[in-house]
Amino acid sequence: MAVDMELEAVLRPPECPQAHYPAKVITLANSKRMVVREVTRDDVPTLLKAVHPTLFIDKDYYNVVGARIYSELLAWQYYRVQNEFCLVGQIDGIMVGMVNSRMYTAETGMSLHTLAIDRGLRVGAHLFAAKMEHHIEYLGQDEVLIVAESPIGFRRWMIEYGLEPTTIPHELGGAPSYRLTRELYFASKARLVVGDRPVPEELMALAEKEIVVADEAMIREKIVGLRGR
Amino acid sequence: MRDVAIIGVGMIPFGRRDQDSLVDMLAYASLKALDDAQLGDKAVDAVYVANMGGGILQHQTAIASALVDRLSLLPAAADTVENGPASGASAVKNGVLAVASGYYDVVLVAGGEKMREVSGWRATDFVATLTHPEVEYPYGITLPGMAGMFTRLYMEKYGLTREMLTAVAIKNQTVGTLNPYAHVTMAITKEGILESPHSVVNNPIIADPLHLYDACPISDGAAAVLLCPLEMAKKLTKHTPVVIAGFGQATDTHTLQEREDPTDLKAVTLAAQQAFTMAGIGPEDIDVAELHDAFTILEVAESEHVGFFKKGEGGKAALAGRTKLGGEIPINVSGGLKARGHPVGATGVAQVVDITWQLRHELPEGRQVLGATYGLTVNFGGFGNNVLSLILKRSA
Repeated sequence: MAVDMELEAVLRPPECPQAHYPAKVITLANSKRMVVREVTRDDVPTLLKAVHPTLFIDKDYYNVVGARIYSELLAWQYYRVQNEFCLVGQIDGIMVGMVNSRMYTAETGMSLHTLAIDRGLRVGAHLFAAKMEHHIEYLGQDEVLIVAESPIGFRRWMIEYGLEPTTIPHELGGAPSYRLTRELYFASKARLVVGDRPVPEELMALAEKEIVVADEAMIREKIVGLRGR
Repeated sequence: MRDVAIIGVGMIPFGRRDQDSLVDMLAYASLKALDDAQLGDKAVDAVYVANMGGGILQHQTAIASALVDRLSLLPAAADTVENGPASGASAVKNGVLAVASGYYDVVLVAGGEKMREVSGWRATDFVATLTHPEVEYPYGITLPGMAGMFTRLYMEKYGLTREMLTAVAIKNQTVGTLNPYAHVTMAITKEGILESPHSVVNNPIIADPLHLYDACPISDGAAAVLLCPLEMAKKLTKHTPVVIAGFGQATDTHTLQEREDPTDLKAVTLAAQQAFTMAGIGPEDIDVAELHDAFTILEVAESEHVGFFKKGEGGKAALAGRTKLGGEIPINVSGGLKARGHPVGATGVAQVVDITWQLRHELPEGRQVLGATYGLTVNFGGFGNNVLSLILKRSA
């Protein structure tokens, strides 16, 4: 569609410069290598294909999380959200999960969502950790505000990281935020944040060549099928 | 006492079965067992249902009555058996006694549990209700906590290592990928859960020194067996009859700290000895075993206490591959609780179903123990305070 850049200047939120997340590779429990890397607005149409089937999964809050990610990705694509970033996890090029987040201010991050497609391999835990790593170590922020839509997320983020409860309403629904401070991050880093850099060339080339998205039935089976949960 | 045969078996895939109620699952497994038996016009005289948590998790009691009605087996006698995680084998034992005594001819035994409709925390708390209500539970002890302390003692006393426990986890999850009834069908590797520096996240500590992949998943599921006198089975069944050659059951102190040596699982030893005596065989005669590996340490410890290995040798045997399919005593070729899952009331029955398939020689390559004649199960209740062992035999 035609874009009126004069009007866009009014509609687009102002953004501050954002450091790039350097890709890393993680060896999973089954020895598969998951590349974690930052993607761009150009990748959004592909990411939406992976998110779409989750809109209709009424289990573990996948539909709520999926619908919100879908809108956040669209808003990012059309410059309607400030300082968002998105990291994906890929195994052999295939997308197995993603996280998104944004800089609320230069000092404070606003964690948005974590979506695991392959379950049972701690893909979500690794990707969430990468998101926190980006906020604290590469964007240089002092804190990240976090809420969880699902009990699984609550257990994983709030309990495992020992997050501080606050009374600050989170922009995802207004629930009181939990806070990951720089101090808490580095206290937990050794047991929660892993990955090797640089990613071997052939792995990185495969990941960058194409974000392969499984078909909708396969994604649904991976998330809610009997196996692997 | 009459010889008792297993005339039919059935199981449903374990996992998370949100769409099914507890009684639905029990009914599906029972129907499979009834179909397998091809009973014709023979009526089911009695039904025993193993279930530990219906009253707590589903707010439903009298499960056996509900199952008999659901299956249209009225007016069959119905009893629910609650004996903690050993409920399954307890129900099988009661069914065997009922047929052996001559009081009933055809008995259905079903075991089931629905644990995934509550959070993992609540499911763990529910299982912990089996601990001592005054000196254990109020202080926050859980079964993973007990298993962790037990493992630490075992490591100190016998030199057990994480590498040995990891070998058990990998073995069981690998074979679980071949089991269509298993909850977890994902292979894991030594690199991914032990050697890689990334394993600290992949396989975190859950109860030191136990890690995530040392524990079974929390599952929904059900299994069923149909029992009758051996002579009747020979006339009715198309399968090679499998008989209950022996069984044993023993208890130990409710609390771990009262035991002279907490690493000595006396009830396992006694239950197995009773079963071996009744069957007239010894550990060396067993071709395949299903041991209660709610935690990897339990497979190791039970393999020693039933007499497959000397104390302190079970971990080394697992590491050396002696308990794999093709090894000298294949253990948990189903994937065990570790991969099949552990819906507590179902487990003891599921073990009997898997051993029956083994002794009928019905399993596919990769899971079948060739020429298996004798199989053994251990169903471990509490933390070893109520244990049953069953020996099944392929009838000539």
